[in-house]
Amino acid sequence: MSDSNANDHKLRVSKIRDGTVIDHIRGGQALNVLAILGIDGSRGEEVSVGMNVPSDRLARKDIVKVEGRELSQDEVDVLSLIAPDATINIVRDYEVEAKHRVERPDVVEGVLECPNADCITATDEPVTSRFEVLEDGVRCDYCGTIVRENIADLIRE
Amino acid sequence: MRHDHLITSKQLSRADIETVLDRAAEIDADPEAVAGKYAGTLLGLLFFEPSTRTKMSFETAMKRLGGDVVDMGSIESSSVKKGETLADTVRVIEGYADALVLRHPRQGAPKMASEYVDVPLVNAGDGAGHHPTQTLLDLYTIRENAGLDDLTIGIMGDLKYGRTVHSLAYALTNFDAQQHFVSPESLQLPREVVYDLHQEGATVREHDDLDDVLSTLDVLYVTRIQRERFPDEDEYQKVAGQYQIDLETLEAASDDLTVMHPLPRVDEIAPDVDETDSASYFEQAHNGVPVRMALLDLLLGDSA
Repeated sequence: MSDSNANDHKLRVSKIRDGTVIDHIRGGQALNVLAILGIDGSRGEEVSVGMNVPSDRLARKDIVKVEGRELSQDEVDVLSLIAPDATINIVRDYEVEAKHRVERPDVVEGVLECPNADCITATDEPVTSRFEVLEDGVRCDYCGTIVRENIADLIRE
Repeated sequence: MRHDHLITSKQLSRADIETVLDRAAEIDADPEAVAGKYAGTLLGLLFFEPSTRTKMSFETAMKRLGGDVVDMGSIESSSVKKGETLADTVRVIEGYADALVLRHPRQGAPKMASEYVDVPLVNAGDGAGHHPTQTLLDLYTIRENAGLDDLTIGIMGDLKYGRTVHSLAYALTNFDAQQHFVSPESLQLPREVVYDLHQEGATVREHDDLDDVLSTLDVLYVTRIQRERFPDEDEYQKVAGQYQIDLETLEAASDDLTVMHPLPRVDEIAPDVDETDSASYFEQAHNGVPVRMALLDLLLGDSA
């Protein structure tokens, strides 16, 4: 009985068969991670989210499990901006097939929108947004605007 | 120079800057030596915003080199009015001209445009962003009057939106220059510019009162505070009044002070200053021609 209680306690989030587990997300950022991946549940994906779960590495962490979905490099790049400590586990047939730490890229292209209304990228011009990744934020390659907070708000719809 | 385009002063090293200024000095001393050098060469002018000095001095520079200009004209009379993108406009006009000069209200427009063309493209001002050719003529004027090393300069006025200020402050990090930034708090340097200056190891000294530093300055670079930056007329008058200079202001300054202004001025510098030895703003405007001749010579010479 006590064993089963302990199991219940641990297994807040059920195992997935095939897909991605994103672990060690900074506490409170899980919904932003889902936003980056464009997952809102409307297409019937099986998604489990744990928020502010106690963690050894981070005081509180979030965890996201997505059934039937593997992440692209672009998605991992942007993920790294808001969840720099995250680990990504690719799961196939219930087994962890590959485990990756995210790496911050030097540049992210086409994923974020510049918040400067006077920037050339905020027009109908055929231009792909490009941000340099700084130690503590991102910087628009075209107008130079620096964003340090709420980077997830810049993710293109 | 190793650059095909001139988009911001950030791309210019000290050696690049000195190459342009030295060439400008040669041209200034002997303009006949380059007269006719670029006969048959055409410079495309694309000004999406009004301009007098920058546009006319580019035109003068190209014609003094023996070349000519093709001008898009005002946007009201161009295909831009029909909704053409900038990316299309520059690709069309690069077929007519050997180099392009672009002024645009959007920050980053010249950078984007440069990605679409093979001919050299020069940024002639992009919104509140950069104005690198103004910076080159500013540096030329400073070098002629005070020298670029062991320099103490005060930059005053609208430091937030003033693109000439952003470009100049960045370029000066290549030299042994102490920079003082004098402005109302609401018009201080944007944090992006402060970040860049810090990255280059510069100290950013900000003041709200010119009297704090005036007596130490070799150069005072004055810019216009625009009315539209303030919510009401009273507030504007109150603030702008503190950043105007006249003969009385200059009593506290060194006799050797050089006073500069990118122009146009409204009332930041009283007309009585014009007659002093300090006044260098008309000379500064005239320097736009040899400096732009030098720049065009270097860009066109390399690309030929």
